Amino acid sequence: MADEQNTAVETPPEGAEATEVPKKPVDPDFEPEIIVFACHYCAYAAADLAGSMRLQYPPTIRMIKLPCTGKLEVIHLLRALEAGADGVYAAGCMEGECHYLKGNLWARKRVDYAKTLLVEVGLEPERVEMYNMSSAMGAKFAEVATEFTERIKALGPNPARRHGVSPHAAARDAAKDVALPDDTPPPADTTEKGPAE
Amino acid sequence: MITAERKPFDEILELVDGHKKILVAGCDTCVAICLTGGEKEAEILASELRIKAQADGREVEVEHTAAIRQCEWEYLDMIAARVEEADVVLSMACGIGIQSLAEKFAPKLVMPAVNTNMLGMPQEHAVWLERCVACGECRIGLTGGICPVVRCSKSLMNGPCGGSHDGKCEVTTPEKEDIECAWALIWERLKAQGREELMFADRPPKDWSKSSSGGPRKMVREEAKPV
Repeated sequence: MADEQNTAVETPPEGAEATEVPKKPVDPDFEPEIIVFACHYCAYAAADLAGSMRLQYPPTIRMIKLPCTGKLEVIHLLRALEAGADGVYAAGCMEGECHYLKGNLWARKRVDYAKTLLVEVGLEPERVEMYNMSSAMGAKFAEVATEFTERIKALGPNPARRHGVSPHAAARDAAKDVALPDDTPPPADTTEKGPAE
Repeated sequence: MITAERKPFDEILELVDGHKKILVAGCDTCVAICLTGGEKEAEILASELRIKAQADGREVEVEHTAAIRQCEWEYLDMIAARVEEADVVLSMACGIGIQSLAEKFAPKLVMPAVNTNMLGMPQEHAVWLERCVACGECRIGLTGGICPVVRCSKSLMNGPCGGSHDGKCEVTTPEKEDIECAWALIWERLKAQGREELMFADRPPKDWSKSSSGGPRKMVREEAKPV
């Protein structure tokens, strides 16, 4: 059950019926630009771990560090897409493990709501997603980046793509009041230790 | 507070069809509290409109702003410059705000992006219930603080109808499941207050001439007018 809860929701939520996307051939040269809103306590650390483990994942993702995915707002997702990001996902802690208790659950609701807005404007709701992982899951981080990149490659470029605009810069600007600098030190180890010997 | 719901996106698109410079104007009072039409929601709608235009290959300029209250002239002055620049303004305020904006900047085209739906209260986070219809003659002093005009499906003024069962109203729709019978609530409240006799007391008929069917109402406070 826990595994089920913590895997990405592949189907759009109620009210966000998938748009009829005609099957189009995957362009082998299409390199998506993907924005990731990553929680400081889990996904961002998992990305570091993936790097330390020398795991390979596509060079398609651009990260924005949040103190918690609970700070993610719908407008952050929209601004990234508006600037031409081909996909956006949030990566937060495992459900039940949020440092701020429920931030990741709020984020999932906001991502689900954003999917309904994408349907309204004629974009595929699959361009936004919510994932959960812990800081110890470097492999999961790489797996999610790979899986989401494949998904976006299959969907093709964002039809609202603009030339000369950086989706990463736009998303960073949208989230400037809540994002953390990339060089924020990793969270202190909060695990309980026995008395010093 | 006054509550509203955003109109379907396709309807909004039709309202601004053919215009090149669109201003989405939020209102940061009631409709912001009900998470429908504040600055945040105005920004989201503006972003949606830009994405849609870009995906369709249309050149449209969409910006957003918000007034502290769209229903007062002074606050509208603060967004006047933004309004003047736009071909059309999509107001996310309640019907009062939308009309104030349209009147202040006439003949500027002002379109509603929301449907104003009730005077309600947040019963719990993100759930609003209707509590008043501004009928002009409040009688809840006789009904234990519970308004039968708005909370009884038939607005009965003298006790429940035959459709009251176990404290529930017979009117049930998917949107209005489990409506409590207002008169059952009133009876229980009056009992708790030891005032059950009010249920049987003669009361004068309600003066409906003060309600909304006699033309627009007007209130003047002479003592508060500027000298």
